[in-house]
Amino acid sequence: MVNEKRVLVQIKGVRDGLLVTLGEGEWGELQTALLAHIQERASFFQGARLALDVGNHILHAAEMGNLRDQLSEMGISLWAVLSNSPTTEQTAQILGLATRMFTPRPERTIKPASAAHADGEPALLVRRTLRSGMRVTFQGNVIVLGDVNPGAEIIASGSVLVWGRLRGVVHAGAEGDEKAVVGALDLHPMQLRIASVASVTPERRGKAQPEIARIEDGLVVADPWDTKEGGR
Amino acid sequence: MSATVVTVSSGKGGVGKTTTTANLAVALASNGQKVVCIDGDIGLRNLDVVMGLENRIVYDLVDVVEGRCRLRQAMIRDKRVPELYLIPAAQTRDKSAVSPSDMVRLCDELRPDFDWIIIDSPAGIERGFRNALAPADTVLVVTNPEVSAVRDADRIIGLVEAEEKGPARLILNRLNPVLVRRGEMLTPQDVLELLAIELIGIVPEDDHVVMSTNRGQPIVLDAKSRAGQAFQNIARRLRGEKVPFMDLEEKDGFFNRLSRMLRAGGN
Repeated sequence: MVNEKRVLVQIKGVRDGLLVTLGEGEWGELQTALLAHIQERASFFQGARLALDVGNHILHAAEMGNLRDQLSEMGISLWAVLSNSPTTEQTAQILGLATRMFTPRPERTIKPASAAHADGEPALLVRRTLRSGMRVTFQGNVIVLGDVNPGAEIIASGSVLVWGRLRGVVHAGAEGDEKAVVGALDLHPMQLRIASVASVTPERRGKAQPEIARIEDGLVVADPWDTKEGGR
Repeated sequence: MSATVVTVSSGKGGVGKTTTTANLAVALASNGQKVVCIDGDIGLRNLDVVMGLENRIVYDLVDVVEGRCRLRQAMIRDKRVPELYLIPAAQTRDKSAVSPSDMVRLCDELRPDFDWIIIDSPAGIERGFRNALAPADTVLVVTNPEVSAVRDADRIIGLVEAEEKGPARLILNRLNPVLVRRGEMLTPQDVLELLAIELIGIVPEDDHVVMSTNRGQPIVLDAKSRAGQAFQNIARRLRGEKVPFMDLEEKDGFFNRLSRMLRAGGN
């Protein structure tokens, strides 16, 4: 039972106080787990400054305010709520809570912000340009609306589509799926890997055009995107 | 009065952060603005050298933070222009002597008395950079038309975005129009295409910069220098003026076209 709670609630000491990271699950359940966790160690938490990382949970003012009030009754001040959801960040701002700690974490694995379903597989939609030093890893397909700059990395167990320029490192089918493809409006990655086959992009001749890369006879081959073919 | 805190950053070293900081500060101050610059490079200070104020240092940033002197005592007045002050870095300590919240407190204390607080960030993305970034209202990223400098600038822009400091603006420093024309240097378009942020100025390569830096005489004080003129223009753009990008080369009209394109797209 204690183990189960550990998965839901992780606590770490940071420079600005305590950082609590909540796992996946029902919000009500998580809140109960968190409060139970705190009550078990009431003396440790007494007077603590707490930052809460809620991951992908979408919280509205009522829920967040309720939690803050409950915490404050236990003598804990909630000062920051970190989240991947813009809605939750807005809620936190409305309540006057910080949405960032001092240490930014662009290196972090971007977790699914919105999971769509294509062919029954989850896909991660990244609505931003990935700059040098950023890295996205995902179990499923990855779609980027923006560029992938040199020095950025995408690792996906499925396919990767970039609606923009792909200049960084990309590894599709990272768990061995040789049917995975990599497509981009301008396919010019530093290095492209599909399953266990790696390739380096040749110097481009002519104008950039949308291309799809896939494994053919054990080699990574990139072809201009052809709608008639349907990308298969 | 409430000052705007401008952090000058780059990631890579040697691209001209300190030169940019010194010149923007002097340019702003010579136009009647009240300016204080802070050297964020604790342990490897050199903004004082570039500004020619090295011999007047008594107290430094770390002395202020650790309470050995009052803030005013560490501020060195630059007598060449009306209202310009420098808070030098300590040379005998390292970056960990100051924390990001120290910098925020320090800037908050300075804000009411100034129009601009300009922070010279050290190279790298570690503690010193965090210190310089923490109090920033706006960030200027300096880069050179070199692949490695642009790569580091991209990383810095990502870090600035993550800190929610608003969009950083770009200074492309040491552009050599002759090399660009020969196709042997990245063009401003190449750089902007990758970094995708607003350009606030292009500074041409100019031998006078090295000479003036060594003399501790910022290049903006030299009215004839093209680089000095470029820094003046950047200072005016910082104040919200619309200043056309200057022709780095009149002959082929390449930069004319670029600046027209930027003006059309940027504003």
